[in-house]
Amino acid sequence: MMQMTGAELIVRLLERQGIRTIAGIPGGAILPLYDALSGSDIIRHVLARHEQGAGFMAQGMARVSGRPEVCFASSGPGATNLVTAIADARLDSIPMVAITGQVPLSMIGTDAFQEVDIYGMTVPITKHNFLVRSAADLLEVIPQAFRIAMSGRPGPVLVDIPKDVQNQIVSFDAYPEPAVPDSMPVPDMAAIESAAKMIDEAERPVLYLGGGVVHSGASRLAVTLAEQAGLPTTMTLMALGTMPIDHPLSIGMLGMHAARYTNFILEESDLLICVGARFDDRAIGKAAQFCPNAQIIHIDIDPAELHKIKTAHVAINGDVATVLEALLPRVKQSLRKRWLSHVDGLKSRFPMAMPGRDDPRTHYGLVHAVAAALDNEAVIATDVGQHQMWVAQAYPFRRPRQWLTSGGLGTMGFGVPAAIGAALSEPDRTVVCFTGDGSFKMNIQELATLAEEGLNVKIVLMNNNSLGLVYQQQNLFYGKRVFASKYRGEPDFLKIAEGFGIAAVDLDSSPNPRATLAQALQSRGPCLIHASISREEFVYPMVPPGAANTEMIGG
Amino acid sequence: MIEQVAEPLQQQGFAKVVLELEVNNHPGVMSHICNLFARRAFNVEGILCMPMSDASRSRIWLLVFEDQRLEQMVLQVEKLVDVLSVRRHGAEHEVFERLEKYFH
Ligand SMILES: Cc1ncc(C[n+]2csc(CCOP(=O)(O)OP(=O)(O)O)c2C)c(N)n1
Ligand SMILES: [Mg+2]
Repeated sequence: MMQMTGAELIVRLLERQGIRTIAGIPGGAILPLYDALSGSDIIRHVLARHEQGAGFMAQGMARVSGRPEVCFASSGPGATNLVTAIADARLDSIPMVAITGQVPLSMIGTDAFQEVDIYGMTVPITKHNFLVRSAADLLEVIPQAFRIAMSGRPGPVLVDIPKDVQNQIVSFDAYPEPAVPDSMPVPDMAAIESAAKMIDEAERPVLYLGGGVVHSGASRLAVTLAEQAGLPTTMTLMALGTMPIDHPLSIGMLGMHAARYTNFILEESDLLICVGARFDDRAIGKAAQFCPNAQIIHIDIDPAELHKIKTAHVAINGDVATVLEALLPRVKQSLRKRWLSHVDGLKSRFPMAMPGRDDPRTHYGLVHAVAAALDNEAVIATDVGQHQMWVAQAYPFRRPRQWLTSGGLGTMGFGVPAAIGAALSEPDRTVVCFTGDGSFKMNIQELATLAEEGLNVKIVLMNNNSLGLVYQQQNLFYGKRVFASKYRGEPDFLKIAEGFGIAAVDLDSSPNPRATLAQALQSRGPCLIHASISREEFVYPMVPPGAANTEMIGG
Repeated sequence: MIEQVAEPLQQQGFAKVVLELEVNNHPGVMSHICNLFARRAFNVEGILCMPMSDASRSRIWLLVFEDQRLEQMVLQVEKLVDVLSVRRHGAEHEVFERLEKYFH
């Protein structure tokens, strides 16, 4: 018979689940849990400076490891500060368990100090959530939370734990087993046979890979399928890296900021093989006009994604890796010379224009210079805005989980804490965070966490002193009525970094920016790399809002 | 209980459907279900919920319109962790009809 408090039980269960690092911020309602955590020799706590930062650190760890990771926050404002990071995890299917303190059970519903209904608030943004009503329930709830977060399509789970439940003594015979993912559905073999037949018979097929390929660990299988069947392959923002960008079959990212040729190839396709993607509006443009002549094979672990936006001719519910494994031996080897040479023709006629790519003082040039100074082992995170899209377009991604970006929610402020999380999880890698001056200021306080942890995170600040993507939209689609998108003041980011105790270099004033950059990237430890970017540089080409993917402007 | 988050699409003229859900009986299940319909702008015409004889479960009856999004709606409901099963019945199902006298 074992006896301990609810708080101690939580810590033991987290240890047994394999959790080694937790990001969070304490407060009254979660102090029993912090007290118990202080006694753990196994779990390291990383003190964030804002709960949103803690949430994104957990995400960063989960995005590089593929395992559910944990963040802690207190009740009330601590819990509400986590909300954005949870919503972000939901939209990008990131496994995460958020644990919040709550006022004691007897005070719930009395408008007690720092009481908010975080359970109610997170219903629409979690995969599932719990309000724990007794310490004994933790024996079931904690493993369940992990099981749900990592099973099927991954996602965030919130566990709200009242303070008295943390203090309550619980007796039990044995620890529950650590959670493992549910077994995957058995895919429909008849559907797989028809998919194979459709691929063999197609003349102009395209393989369309999404984030599900990353989550399922299926990138090698996807590349094998492409090679075996001669499939030009496009990737969503979330899937960048699943096929190396310089693979001869890669046609790059599709959608709003794709190269023109990519969208033209899709337009001509007669078969679209969608693997672990969800026909998001930024990827497909006007749904009715996306791949107008194509039949669709859709493979996804989430049955609700099948037929949601586009009706599939063959829909296969299953784990992407399992389905691809079953599909591969059934698909004929094909060189598909005619289609692939046509694809190459489109590629050379409508390539991605990258002006200034050899000049590290330009946006594309800077992205290329960073890539040139690193190998494929580096992790690349971004914030949200023009800089994010330039990196997506220009950085040569070559492996899954190399690229961390807020896709579905598009959250400014994601970059720095997610990069910290990545570095916590894989401290030997160089982690680069491309950020914008607007996004950087949204979680800039985490520089203090970064300095304290001394992690190998390099922040490349592409500074146009504006909310560039908004400025671009106003210029292009709102009659050049620029409003609330240019900053009037400009902080001295180098001094800010210095104030936090972080080394900083300025590429603007460097006589040899390439060398300065390379040196900053190669020396260990945190560093801010500042570079001014002209506000008049826009992300091109671009599908205007509401248009079809083939109606691109610019570039 | 839950505010409508979006104006539901016009559904008048569509046939009605009765959904029968078996769910885990604990506080919060109703909010998961109502919230899901509300945030997907799908109107729920009628709702009825009682514990089953085995008190660990509840049965929920929903009266909804059968527009083209119903299929997707049901798939989303089935994904909820506390939802054990979903069955569809035609509008002729008597559960709501027999209650009508309480609503006149
Ligand atoms: C939290 C949040 N608020 C607002 C937005 C809307 N938004 C998208 S991009 C952007 C500008 C980003 O500016 P910056 O980080 O400087 O990047 P830039 O576009 O200049 O490269 C804004 C305000 C958002 N995505 N996230
Ligand atoms: Mg900016």
